[in-house]
Amino acid sequence: MHEIIQYVESYLTSEQTPGAAGNMFWALVYIMLVFGGLSVAVIAMNWLERKILAHMQVRLGPMRVGPHGLLQPIADAIKLLLKEDIMPAEADGLVFWMAPLIVVLAAFTVFVVVPFGPTHAITDMNIGILFMLGVSSLSVLGIVMAGWASNSHYPLIGALRSSAQMVSYEVAMGLAVVSAILMTSLNKDGTGTLSMIGIVQAQLAQHEWFIFKFFPLGLVAFFIFAVAMVAETNRAPFDLAEAESELTAGFHTEYSGFRWSLFFLAEYSAMIAVSSIAVTLWLGGWLRPFPNMLSGSPWDQIFSMFPGVTFLFFAAICFFNTVRMPKHPLFRIQTIGLAGFGVVLALIGLVLFVPDVSVRIQDIFWFSAKVAGFMYLYIWYRGTFPRYRFDQLMQMGWKVLLPMGLGVLILTASVALLQQKIWHP
Amino acid sequence: MTDPNTTLSPLELETHDKTYLDANELVINMGPQHPATHGVLRVILRLDGEKVLGLECVIGYLHRGVEKIGEHRTYTMFNPYVDRMDYVAAVSNGLGYCETVEKLLNVEAPPRAQYVRVILTELNRIASHQLWLGTHALDIGAITPLFYTFRDREEILKIYEKYCGARLTTHAFRIGGLQYETYTGFEKEVTNFLNFFRPKIDEYEELLTTNRIWVERTKNVGTISAEDCIALGVTGPVLRASGVKWDLRKAQPYANYKNFDFEIPIGENGDTYDRYLVRMAEMRQSVRIIQQAVDALPVGPIMAKVPKVMKPAAGEIYHSIEAPKGELGYFIVSDGSTQPYRLRVRPPSFVNLQALDVMCRGQLVADVIAVIGTLDIVLGEVDR
Repeated sequence: MHEIIQYVESYLTSEQTPGAAGNMFWALVYIMLVFGGLSVAVIAMNWLERKILAHMQVRLGPMRVGPHGLLQPIADAIKLLLKEDIMPAEADGLVFWMAPLIVVLAAFTVFVVVPFGPTHAITDMNIGILFMLGVSSLSVLGIVMAGWASNSHYPLIGALRSSAQMVSYEVAMGLAVVSAILMTSLNKDGTGTLSMIGIVQAQLAQHEWFIFKFFPLGLVAFFIFAVAMVAETNRAPFDLAEAESELTAGFHTEYSGFRWSLFFLAEYSAMIAVSSIAVTLWLGGWLRPFPNMLSGSPWDQIFSMFPGVTFLFFAAICFFNTVRMPKHPLFRIQTIGLAGFGVVLALIGLVLFVPDVSVRIQDIFWFSAKVAGFMYLYIWYRGTFPRYRFDQLMQMGWKVLLPMGLGVLILTASVALLQQKIWHP
Repeated sequence: MTDPNTTLSPLELETHDKTYLDANELVINMGPQHPATHGVLRVILRLDGEKVLGLECVIGYLHRGVEKIGEHRTYTMFNPYVDRMDYVAAVSNGLGYCETVEKLLNVEAPPRAQYVRVILTELNRIASHQLWLGTHALDIGAITPLFYTFRDREEILKIYEKYCGARLTTHAFRIGGLQYETYTGFEKEVTNFLNFFRPKIDEYEELLTTNRIWVERTKNVGTISAEDCIALGVTGPVLRASGVKWDLRKAQPYANYKNFDFEIPIGENGDTYDRYLVRMAEMRQSVRIIQQAVDALPVGPIMAKVPKVMKPAAGEIYHSIEAPKGELGYFIVSDGSTQPYRLRVRPPSFVNLQALDVMCRGQLVADVIAVIGTLDIVLGEVDR
């Protein structure tokens, strides 16, 4: 017993991620936390997408299940779980069964290396970014399997479209990633890194987020990645694989109930995963904004209050809407529920003001806030853009993004070389 | 079946010839239940990869025998049925029918009725184009314009509701004029709507006209030449977008359209983008017409003297109007009794749908959706 406690406690003083420190217990705890948090994030994203999209489109969105539809995602989840599990008679059973599992597995496994903070990651691989790109591209396999196993025309076309799209955009994406990795080798010691934590630490060491590095080269690489990642996750305006008006629902047309919800889950966690890559590579990962201009301990103090202030702000929105609720007995439970939700948010916010907590939580907060920004962009795209046609999509990938990526990579390499050899030898 | 120019139709291929399962060709059945076929249109596509080699429309899923019903109803009783054909432009249908019977009876509606008819019909043109714009954009993947157009269409439907109690199948007109006098404040409400709507057209255009993806998706898609249009009998905005200045409101003025000053917008290339621009311009012209009609709305009777039991003299008549979707014609043969001997409708959607094959050949599957949207068909009118 004593040894177990010792084993658990031994990690607490560590400066490494649990995976790197080899502590299985804490690694398990982190896995639980990350996947629990991820599921909550997907649920929250579901609600937010519907609400934000609705407000962009002059409607209200879900309003009935819970106050302002807050319980809608849960109601949906229950509905999906209770639905009959249909497998088409002509389908290839085993492949049909495996496809959603592979997609979900690929989408979740990448979070093993996502760095929420210098120590807040499940593990720190020295090939972290390669691992992320490699595993996340495995989901193509699941999509093709789903399309093929359904034994139906529309899913097949959807799956083929989707795989062609993901494969071709991965090239441009890879080039953009390489140019960011190149920048990590401009550290004082001159060695680059592929580790996700290392990449952020390189930005810390160079006092510059890579999006601003070698302006505008970093920005262009970031732009290429930002476009490619939308295509990679099959979201609007590149959602050809599930183009509702053309292919009904694309590769998951024949799926329903729980299996369908697995695809849904995978899609959203893939969105979060690629956003995490973008945040890590270009937006400084867990680092707080304006580290150079607004440095010093008073500013550190102010920025450490952000997590608490954010939660208090959300709580204030809740209270504001509690006051605006209709004063009718029918709405009493909803009003109480909304007020209760506000109280919970406010309490979390207050806890985050405790210095010990805020110091530890800051990294996670800034990382999540940046990822949330990307999530908002995803929703915004969906509300704004029509859908690309397949050939136009391919043209964009191969004829625009790929040459741009190559150019940026060559230029970045040249400028980096010049900087090392000539300006700062 | 390696020859792509096979003479067998896709339907035959699908039903009789099982050799179609060749590696080069894929026969896909789109509809009748499909989100983008605007109702129950069934399209059988013959594809080479994603390229369309040919297609065949299968219609009739919404056939209700409206024309046959007409032979068993008196002229007055049949009036509400025409609303059910093109249900998004019910007022235009009613106008066409009433004018045809009036012509048969040699009656003319009084001026006030004519003006109110023009106002309601042009409002209907706007409403129909709004619905087209929303669904067309939705098909191409822009989901937001739908909600904007429906929000604004609501204002038109409110005016209808106040005028005659119904929103869609209005039955607004009677043979010989109108049944109801306009309600108090009708002119003001219509003017308010026009002032509200003018900036809204700019809002729609802001969302789409210069949107790069929208332009790429619609330019040079579903192109049809003026000759093809004329050969296939295509009318309405589709014909005008191909560069033919043919609008029955100017070419064969009916109602009192000759009193109004408006232009006929035409396109150049006959592609989906031009059709979009033409319809947007038509909405602006409709606003112009309504404004003039409201300003000049005369007072006076709203109903001409029509016999209670209508027994037009034996003979036949064809009369057509410019409905939002094209030429809407009614052909009535009278045998002197209270019911038409034969009633035939020339619906614009039905005729325009013929052009789908010509417009889609050589395009991609995604373009078929765009072209179905741009043809602006209503299946209730195609099948009748």
